[in-house]
Amino acid sequence: MYPPRFRYEAPRSLREAITLLQEGGGEAKILAGGQSLIPMLKLRFASPGMLVDINNLPGLDHLTRDGDGTIRIGALCRHEHIERSELITEHQPTIAAAAPLVADPIVRTRGTFVGSVCHADPQGDWAACMIALDGAIVAEGPGGRRSIAARDFVTGPFQNVLASDEIAVEAVIPPPQGEARGGYLKLERRIGDFATAAVAVAVDLRGDQVTRAGIALVGVGGTTIDARDAADALVGSPLSSDAIERAAELAAEAAQPRSDHRGSASYKRHIVRTFTSRILTQIDRSTQKAA
Amino acid sequence: MAIDEVKIGGMGARQKRVEDNRFIRGKGNYVDDIVLPGMLHMEILRSPLAHARIRSIDVSKAWDIPGVRLVLTGETLAARNLAWMPTLSYDTQAVLATDKVRFQGQEVAAVVADDPYIAKDAVEAIIVDYEPLPAIVNPDQAMAPDAPLIRDDKANQPDNKIFDWEVGDREGTDRAFTEADHVSTIEMHYPRSHPSPIEACGSVADFDRSTGKLTVYMTSQAPHIIRAAVAMVAELPEHQIRIISPDIGGGFGNKVPVYPGYVISILASILAERPVKWIEDKTGNLISTGFGRDVYLKGELALRKDGRILGVRMHTTSDHGAFFSDAQPSKFKIGLMHSAFACYDIPSAHLTATGVYTNKAPGGVAYRCSFRVTEAMFFQERMVHAAADELGLDQAEIRRVNFVRDDDFPHRTPFGFLTDSGQYTKCLDLGLAAIDYEGFRREQAAAREQGRLLGIGISTMTEPLGAGNSREYDILGIKMFDAAELRVHMTGRAILRTGAKTQGQGHETTWAQIVAHELGIPADDVVVEEGDTDTAPFGMGTYASRSTPVAGAAVSMVARKIRAKARKIAAHLLEVSEEDIEWELGRFYVRSAPDRGVTIQECAMAAYSNVPDGMEPGLENHAYYDPPNLTWPFAAYIVTVEVDPDTGVWDVLRVVAVDDCGVRINPMIVEGQIMGGLTEAYAMANMQFITFDADGNCVGSNYMDYLLPTAWETPGFELHEVVTPCPHHPIGAKGVGECATVGGPAAFVNAVMDALKDTGVRNIDMPLLPDRVHQALTTGQDVSGAPPVDPEAS
Ligand SMILES: Cc1cc2nc3c(=O)[nH]c(=O)nc-3n(C[C@H](O)[C@H](O)[C@H](O)COP(=O)(O)OP(=O)(O)OC[C@H]3O[C@@H](n4cnc5c(N)ncnc54)[C@H](O)[C@@H]3O)c2cc1C
Repeated sequence: MYPPRFRYEAPRSLREAITLLQEGGGEAKILAGGQSLIPMLKLRFASPGMLVDINNLPGLDHLTRDGDGTIRIGALCRHEHIERSELITEHQPTIAAAAPLVADPIVRTRGTFVGSVCHADPQGDWAACMIALDGAIVAEGPGGRRSIAARDFVTGPFQNVLASDEIAVEAVIPPPQGEARGGYLKLERRIGDFATAAVAVAVDLRGDQVTRAGIALVGVGGTTIDARDAADALVGSPLSSDAIERAAELAAEAAQPRSDHRGSASYKRHIVRTFTSRILTQIDRSTQKAA
Repeated sequence: MAIDEVKIGGMGARQKRVEDNRFIRGKGNYVDDIVLPGMLHMEILRSPLAHARIRSIDVSKAWDIPGVRLVLTGETLAARNLAWMPTLSYDTQAVLATDKVRFQGQEVAAVVADDPYIAKDAVEAIIVDYEPLPAIVNPDQAMAPDAPLIRDDKANQPDNKIFDWEVGDREGTDRAFTEADHVSTIEMHYPRSHPSPIEACGSVADFDRSTGKLTVYMTSQAPHIIRAAVAMVAELPEHQIRIISPDIGGGFGNKVPVYPGYVISILASILAERPVKWIEDKTGNLISTGFGRDVYLKGELALRKDGRILGVRMHTTSDHGAFFSDAQPSKFKIGLMHSAFACYDIPSAHLTATGVYTNKAPGGVAYRCSFRVTEAMFFQERMVHAAADELGLDQAEIRRVNFVRDDDFPHRTPFGFLTDSGQYTKCLDLGLAAIDYEGFRREQAAAREQGRLLGIGISTMTEPLGAGNSREYDILGIKMFDAAELRVHMTGRAILRTGAKTQGQGHETTWAQIVAHELGIPADDVVVEEGDTDTAPFGMGTYASRSTPVAGAAVSMVARKIRAKARKIAAHLLEVSEEDIEWELGRFYVRSAPDRGVTIQECAMAAYSNVPDGMEPGLENHAYYDPPNLTWPFAAYIVTVEVDPDTGVWDVLRVVAVDDCGVRINPMIVEGQIMGGLTEAYAMANMQFITFDADGNCVGSNYMDYLLPTAWETPGFELHEVVTPCPHHPIGAKGVGECATVGGPAAFVNAVMDALKDTGVRNIDMPLLPDRVHQALTTGQDVSGAPPVDPEAS
């Protein structure tokens, strides 16, 4: 690969990294797993003046769960780590379902969860999970740390709210209000393919009551879509086939797909409806079984 | 005691591939591994537009970049009469565009620089002023009365049509159709695909002014043809041209043609008087080099009620892109399309074919098939499938009813080819038993009760391989034979060279096995070399599954010549007359006293130390093999699928393959070829296509969009064999490299169509993306053409 010329820095502390970003002005780019940035350099879609490689920064590869159930995913935590994590399998069904569907096994060994959210690809899987889970991104800049709701973090295709001298240091998933249930279904043409359409669903249950719900859609709009109405329709009552139908319908309405070589707009909308209904039905069935 | 042939790696031995030793250690030597002193690097500027007039090209900013050595445009080439070059289909192709660009990705300029980064920067600094013209992306547009003329560079080219061609018996076929109980009609498109070898194309050209010698390392499946072409086009003396194809990372037909990049790198080396390396990137490979297929069919079968086919009518319209540069050696404009229906006994057939120019990449190569055979067999098996459904006949039965019988060879095919051998019904029945056809039909009926959609698809075909015979096949007048040269050293070790060129087929293993079979020299004692025109004997290269049928036969023949000489030496050593000598593998002995004998190794030593009076010393020879006919392997592929009615997603349940490729030299390599071919067949049926938006932008220019299946989604394959030796091949082999790519796709599509049978849908064009299957399920209508492409989306 023959990218345009750039300066390369590999700082050893967060401070140093932020200073370099300041120095670079808008010209500097953070390099995490490189699984999105390197292809863009290769295709010369991106020509940053400087790459700030954050892979040497200490203390950013964590994947932990606080006493209250908050899950923290550090900026250098790779997709593969999440896929293999028992913590995730045990406590976070939406993330667990999505993990094996992100990219391919090779990409998963390098790409990072936080990098994926920052990249804000409308077809990226993790931003949708974060939105469905009401997650937040913690960013650090010269002025200190701030937390940004995932819903507000992504502002458009390949655009986020970070300032040019801010680094996203971790993704935070709040504790569930009750029991965390959820799922992720993705239609892809092949392993490693981006979604033709995908649906992230996270539902918190107390008894059979839905206390909180989030539904986010992938590949069916200019950016990740927060299907708020669909999710809200579920809150405050038990899952029922009527409620599921309604939510699936609302999710399909929230989609703004376009026809392309992956499929027609109407088909993608149909998939959103089908997948939303499938995930919720699955949750409903397993709840009934447990009861 | 005769040697155990399998132990010495002879015929039938599952030898591990010797070449893999270096490949799995990363020790292969590909074109990009070649580094020569003083070597410069070349990068090509490609057109972003599909159709545009070039108003001007400003290269001054490129020249300003330090380290730039040459900037070449069409004008530079035109001054040397090299702006255009001939194609293998007797058309012309632009090397660098002078007047217009005619497809997205066309070569417009080239920069030669000290390193590839500089070359790439400089290419981006070239400013081209284009005047956009309307793009033509399909044959309908091309043939519209007011269509813009793509090839306005050619005299006598009033429209975008390349050819009208026909073959077969028009009147006889018309008669068959009037006598038929039923006529089955179907239209379909075999979409554009790309061979996409993992290694893209490239070359290192090294012109040495002091010796006048031009050496070119390049990714060619046919180095000798390249040497001839360079000699003819560049008017360089042939003995001063050395083409070396080192290790090749896959070809699949993509590396047969001569591409502009090769030509420009050669000229650049001559001008710069330094070696020049050009390595194409993957996008360059996908958008500009030889593609496969892109053919539309209107097919008709005339049938009797019992399924007997009385006549076949086919009309094909092929989209060749901007230049007619199909890489094929026959006089037939649409290649071997008329090999269709060769396995069926059909009285009459008629094919008409139209070829058109479009603003798409040129070079309809034989992507893992003998020149349009893939399309022919796909169309055939889809037509038969549809006809059986219409007549309410069983899919296996309609094939059995029409198969050429085992005792009916040699057989004249409906379009006039001569097939020589086969056991078609046996192959099909073996496959049906393996998949438990009856059992599956019961399971399918039961599943349907529960709303589940299961399907089974059959594809049976015999295809012509091994181009050619020299009467009918040539490339630029050069006849389609092949040669082998064998030199046995005094210790009985040997070097074998052929004019073929392995690109993953395992020649280094297989050829040694043929030598082992003929001479009893262990395969491990034979080194095989190919690809260097200064050392290898003449040959037409490796494609069309022709290596074993032609070069492999030459290996056999040269080994037999060696054996004949060794026999004379043996007689001398054993002090008997030659007539008293008998041969068993690896050893000559006296007929009347079998324990008196000499090994082939002893004969080899004697060839250098103790030859009979009057005999030339040494033990080496060569053989040219001109095949008497094509070879005709047969295959039956059977696939079962389950279609998800909610999403249109279909999963493959089982794939059973029965291949009769004649005698198998290395069964493991044969199986590898079949598995690879089935994988490609699955890919084309399921996910793979190159399409274009209305502006002629190529959708499929990278591996995110042009999908190669991985181990994850590729189904498992169950392989079976039947062996009907080829009667005219020295070791009875028929070739196998492409059978599964050719015969496989229809089995997958037929399986899905079988699952959808109740809906009345008769055809979904490949690839059978879930969207398209779902659309067919919900509308009950056929789904044709390329998938939708939103111009904004690309
Ligand atoms: C073949 C292939 C298939 C893929 N398929 C999928 C798929 O199916 N689904 C999917 O979701 N993704 C897919 N991806 C993308 C993959 O998941 C990437 O790993 C991910 O999108 C980016 O993570 P990264 O760590 O590699 O980021 P990088 O490539 O290093 O960076 C991406 C962008 O985010 C910025 N960035 C990264 N980290 C930070 C940070 N900590 N703070 C601020 N900005 C940051 C970078 O500056 C850059 O702009 C695929 C990638 C490839 C190569």
